[in-house]
Amino acid sequence: MNEALTELGGYISEELQKEVLEMSVEHDELMLVVNASGIARVLAFLRDDANCLFKQLVDLCGVDYPEREQRFDVVYNLLSLRHNHRIRVKIRTDEVAPVPSVIEVFSSAGWYEREAWDLFGILFSDNPDLRRILTDYGFEGHPLRKDFPLTGYVEVRYDETQKRVVYEPVSLVQDFRNFDFMSPWEGAQYILPGDDKAENGDSA
Amino acid sequence: MAATEIKNLTMNFGPQHPAAHGVLRLVVEMDGEVIERADPHVGLLHRGTEKLIEHKTYLQAVPYFDRLDYVAPMSQEHAFALAVEKLLGIDVPERAQYIRVLFAEISRLLNHILNISTFALDVGAMTPFLWGFEEREKMMEFYERVSGARLHSAYFRPGGVHLDMPAGLAADIGGFCDGFLRFVDDMEGLLTDNRIYRQRTVDIGIISPDDACDWGLSGPMLRGSGLAWDLRKAQPYDVYDRMDFDIPVGKNGDCFDRYLVRVEEMRQSIRIIRQCLADMPKGPVKTEDYKISPPSRVDMKSSMEALIHHFKLYTEGYHVPAGETYTAVEAPKGEFGVYLVSDGSNKPYRCKIRAPGFAFMQATEFMTKGHMLADLVAIVGSMDIVFGEVDR
Repeated sequence: MNEALTELGGYISEELQKEVLEMSVEHDELMLVVNASGIARVLAFLRDDANCLFKQLVDLCGVDYPEREQRFDVVYNLLSLRHNHRIRVKIRTDEVAPVPSVIEVFSSAGWYEREAWDLFGILFSDNPDLRRILTDYGFEGHPLRKDFPLTGYVEVRYDETQKRVVYEPVSLVQDFRNFDFMSPWEGAQYILPGDDKAENGDSA
Repeated sequence: MAATEIKNLTMNFGPQHPAAHGVLRLVVEMDGEVIERADPHVGLLHRGTEKLIEHKTYLQAVPYFDRLDYVAPMSQEHAFALAVEKLLGIDVPERAQYIRVLFAEISRLLNHILNISTFALDVGAMTPFLWGFEEREKMMEFYERVSGARLHSAYFRPGGVHLDMPAGLAADIGGFCDGFLRFVDDMEGLLTDNRIYRQRTVDIGIISPDDACDWGLSGPMLRGSGLAWDLRKAQPYDVYDRMDFDIPVGKNGDCFDRYLVRVEEMRQSIRIIRQCLADMPKGPVKTEDYKISPPSRVDMKSSMEALIHHFKLYTEGYHVPAGETYTAVEAPKGEFGVYLVSDGSNKPYRCKIRAPGFAFMQATEFMTKGHMLADLVAIVGSMDIVFGEVDR
């Protein structure tokens, strides 16, 4: 299984030399990292090439790594019914640079791109219908970003006097508790606030 | 004669329509009774499952999967358990694999009964619904006996299943199978040759195999269009590779074929259940690595080490090596996948849930365009939508 995937990955990297940045096989799954600008071309190749025939875009989603300069990964999971293979294609982007939409290649991309826009704020150029999809009408913010709090910012309730649903800032009796399970025996680094003598974090 | 201006009518279907299967809101633009445009508004049941999972340990994430597709809860847990096991690189004892396959198939029966009977209800047949729920209730009893809960079972866990089956359950499931096959025959007698049912479903919502792939459809929606694709056969997980069963496929890709595929799948599920019961070995039901699965209650009374393991597992949980995987199972509705990214801590860094219903819902407009309003109800019914998983 692994060898076949490595071979396939090598073949694709060769055919798409300009676009493919990385190729790896982990847990029996093939993954490619490609140039964001060429994603539509890559997916069209994967769909139509006789050795690939990845006819189904199974899933498209974002992943947020806030510490990176290009903080978002956009992950495309493809499936080939013909060859019984899966492949994962990744591109990187940030909050402002739009990613080319692949709706021309796979019709199913439309809603998945809307979802990635809604939950992460990843922009897709040429998607004809980039509205919010899962969150409330008039929602603000992108909830799956790591800097968005779990509890959100607003809560809703029905107001009996105004006879309508009102939005209010979240107020919790008890804050969400986040426990630190890192053990001091396993290399936890405790940074004390205002500790000037401690080594600078960048050098570590 | 003066020219009359005809304007399309925009209409709201749902979110509280009885045929909307939950909280579907469809904005439909109609030219007379013909649908020009259908815009599904989903997300009314969005609970932020993916965000919540990022803040919970791997074990605490399991119950969220019951609440996605609450019609067949264990199938969802199955996908998550397999994904975590893949990242952990652990093997599951054979008996646990058999139990999982057994209950995954019971979930399939649960799901298909609900779908077929509510679909029939949507197009005007009341009886299958009443008969079907009686059978569902029996299977929920099996759920309860094995996990303690009728619906939200949290039974499949990374490393195996929570507890072994109680004594007598296997025999009762075996006895249930015969009666169930009779029920399927009875229900088919009500529907398959029913003139009204056929008029409402045959040649409605036809999907070609190419379109089915393009729109990312899976499960009975794909098989109804004639593609013999089933992850249980193509990419077998647990002990599906030892099971002998057939994949039913449709010919025309219409609502009626999807119904027939589901009916036949129920019969095949019974075959798998019988094989599971016959071949199930004895032995442990979860991995014996106490860094991942808890020690037995009895050990905890006497062994200090067991007590520490238990405490650590239920507070901190286990750490999963960094890595990522996309693992999918053939859930009753179609391909249910979990894209799991781990950063080496005790919580998932990202857990994307790929629900089959989301892709079906997206294809609504493509499938209903040019059909009558009444056909929309049949198409939505045949898609097998549960909003718990579409909205997540």
